Amino acid sequence: MSHAANIVISILFDGLAYAMFLFITSVGLSVTMGLMNFVNLAHGAFAMVGGYIVVSLTRSLGIDFVPALVIAAVLVGFISVPFERLLYRRLYKATDLEQVLLTIGLAFMAIATFTYFYGPIPKSVPLPHWLEGDINLGFRAFPSYRAFLIIVGAVLVTVLWYAFERTNIGARIRAAVDNRRMAESVGINVDRLFTLTFAVGSGLAALGGGFAIQLFGLTPYFAVLYLVLFLIVVATGGLGSLKGTLLAALVIGIIDTGGKYMFPQAGNFFVYLITVVVLLIKPAGFYGRE
Amino acid sequence: MAASESMTRSVAGEAARSRAAEFLLRRHYLRWPEALPWLIAVGCFFVFPDRMTFGSQLLIMIMFALSLDLILGYAGIVTLGHAAFFGLGAYTVALASIKLGWTEPISGVFFGGAVAGLVGIVVGWFILRYRGLTLLMLTIAFAAMLQEGGNIRSDFTGGYDGLPGLTFDPLLGHFQYDLYGHTNYWYALAALAVVFFVVRRIVYSPFGQALTGIRENVRRMHSIGSPVHRRLVTVYAISAAIAGMAGALFTQTNAYVTLTVFDFDASAKVMVMLILGGTGRLYGAFLGAAVYMIFEDKLSKMSPTFWQFGIGLLLVLAVMFARRGLLGVGDTIRRKLAGRRAP
Amino acid sequence: MTAALEVKGLNRSFGALRVTRDVDLSLEKGARHALIGPNGAGKTTLVNLITGVLKPSSGSVLLNGDDITGWSQAERARRGLARTFQINQLFRGLTVLENLCMTIGERDGNCNNMWRSAGAKRAVIDEALDRLEALRLVDDALKLVRELPYGRQRLVEIAMALAQKPRVLLLDEPAAGVPSSETHLILDVVAALDPDIAVLIIEHDMDVVFRFAREISVLVQGAVFTKGTPDEIRRNEKVREVYLGQEHHHG
Repeated sequence: MSHAANIVISILFDGLAYAMFLFITSVGLSVTMGLMNFVNLAHGAFAMVGGYIVVSLTRSLGIDFVPALVIAAVLVGFISVPFERLLYRRLYKATDLEQVLLTIGLAFMAIATFTYFYGPIPKSVPLPHWLEGDINLGFRAFPSYRAFLIIVGAVLVTVLWYAFERTNIGARIRAAVDNRRMAESVGINVDRLFTLTFAVGSGLAALGGGFAIQLFGLTPYFAVLYLVLFLIVVATGGLGSLKGTLLAALVIGIIDTGGKYMFPQAGNFFVYLITVVVLLIKPAGFYGRE
Repeated sequence: MAASESMTRSVAGEAARSRAAEFLLRRHYLRWPEALPWLIAVGCFFVFPDRMTFGSQLLIMIMFALSLDLILGYAGIVTLGHAAFFGLGAYTVALASIKLGWTEPISGVFFGGAVAGLVGIVVGWFILRYRGLTLLMLTIAFAAMLQEGGNIRSDFTGGYDGLPGLTFDPLLGHFQYDLYGHTNYWYALAALAVVFFVVRRIVYSPFGQALTGIRENVRRMHSIGSPVHRRLVTVYAISAAIAGMAGALFTQTNAYVTLTVFDFDASAKVMVMLILGGTGRLYGAFLGAAVYMIFEDKLSKMSPTFWQFGIGLLLVLAVMFARRGLLGVGDTIRRKLAGRRAP
Repeated sequence: MTAALEVKGLNRSFGALRVTRDVDLSLEKGARHALIGPNGAGKTTLVNLITGVLKPSSGSVLLNGDDITGWSQAERARRGLARTFQINQLFRGLTVLENLCMTIGERDGNCNNMWRSAGAKRAVIDEALDRLEALRLVDDALKLVRELPYGRQRLVEIAMALAQKPRVLLLDEPAAGVPSSETHLILDVVAALDPDIAVLIIEHDMDVVFRFAREISVLVQGAVFTKGTPDEIRRNEKVREVYLGQEHHHG
């Protein structure tokens, strides 16, 4: 296999894995922001918390990695409900700035709390042996972990797409994102819908956080470091759009990976460049409503 | 219309009319409590002569927060990337001193401000067509691009290690920089006073009023014929220039600059300071920056984790209970006291 | 004689939904024209198209003979097109006086001034106070708008539109939301409007419409159903059908 083709395949593969991580973590943010118009900068904190739960479950309780991921996602999903009910709900009518400030404040508190309990040093997770090493597909070998992430991502995309497009609840969510007042007047309980999507979204974020440990290393600052990235995916994809989040995640995942391969000193430059270009052309994102 | 009415104008109406006129005519007059922050600033020189380096940095932060108040507090533009302009001013002065031999400080500050202001016009023209999340992301992305771009050309900018050991001429050809930072303190204070004077005039002018209108109800502003976009770009450029001047002063007083001036953290910090003090009040910048930096100085050394938790908690409490910041809390207290005194 | 305001073949669609269909409208100088129609007929949308809040899918808008179809809201306002909103759009956190001064300041370019204080231009304040007096709002001059009862806020809304010195004035349900004890305040103002201004009023209250209008257009599902003098409209059976259940009184 030629050297250039090898590099292209590596970029595509790693980019796809990165894109899946971005999608899983950001999709909840996109739907909740599209539904409730609520700027939630604490979303990254939910991902971070999910990651630390996985760390504790695997290291202290000896639970396997994959079950730990599921438990973390479910746990965070449940924990997020009182946050939404007691705190966020009060601010749906507040200005953007107030929502930004409140949720940043929550994120800071989360970071500080977890720094206190876990320390600032990056944590790692013990992986099952079938996730270490490579899968050999004949023409070349691929890291198993990333392949697994891609598969999980693809499954989630399918499940979510099905839930959105084919189920009753999905239809209700889409209606509410499209026109909240009209949805309410037709009898859709938007408040309960929001709590549900918020819980699922936060749970997915936790799942993404769990996957991130092996990819980027986990520190409490993860909550803010990657938040900007999630916001970029959501903004360029379009609020409340599953398709948009996926497309944005793919574009950013692959171009950022490619950029880092070929111009390592450029850092995140290309991501920001894409953001600016997309937003100037389509300010509501790829599939956002104007 | 007024001709026939004037004959039926009652005495009470006349009184109400002149009272209303007086209110607007007098609003911009300087009130004596406004002298307070300046007296305190001067006093600090004599009371804390060994903290003057900290003092200069605080004054520079106040200037930065003031620039943010113009766009956030008065025009209602929410940005998390204002450090972009601070950084532009900082690097302009640094690179000018190295590459162009431009070491005269006062003109350097103006140069830094001018560069930042010009960039502000261009950037503002593009991004101020948008609001909400779109605008927020554009501001974040712009500052981040400058930082990453600066890192790509680290041969030019010194990267994250920065450009140390910068030298500048004595102020006005006469006042040398000293180890205790005394000269820097007076320099920063004088600069802040000049900037504040200008900002205060702008805020009380009809233009400043229009900014408030844009913040309060932009739909209405469009329908009464206000050139909203032009006004926003103008104030954004002015704010960028001031932030640039603060950045220029930063480089000059530290004789050092690194790419960390563009940090997202820096943009978030100045916003927290302003919110803490109270937006749209000008003096909120003074109070917020002072309180934040003094507490940060004391507490974050003891435990950075507690400091961060405290700031987070403060933000949450501020949004829930004190949306107008410390000045707002002060207002409420004053009103309650006045209410209690009245029979 | 050039019409003060003319709308030709105006169309607007939202996706597959056509909300404005081939609307033609003409207001001569000094017109008193009422726009009526059932809820959802697209009356406010039409006003939004005329003022520039929305861009039409096709058709044109002419102000005093000039094609303003591509102009921004602010440009149209500066050329003498003023409107009031169905729900008050005021500067609620500012005083009534400031609301008016803002309007006058933007109108005559005073708001471009960054250096002198807002209070320095005495003429602006005087004019604002004159206008407030004309509407008997002087006593409220220093009150914050949000402290006023809704009816008086509605008066401020009209005062601001008048302060623009418009040649064409679009009133979107000026009495909407006003308690019935206060509607006469609004109606008196509307009745006393400068005869040179061309006025288009959207209204539901037929008493007001028949008292005020010299010409009426009926809008149904985005299209002009019929047009005529108050007498013609009153006698039109089909109009009554369209309004079944929505009229206040007939005959």
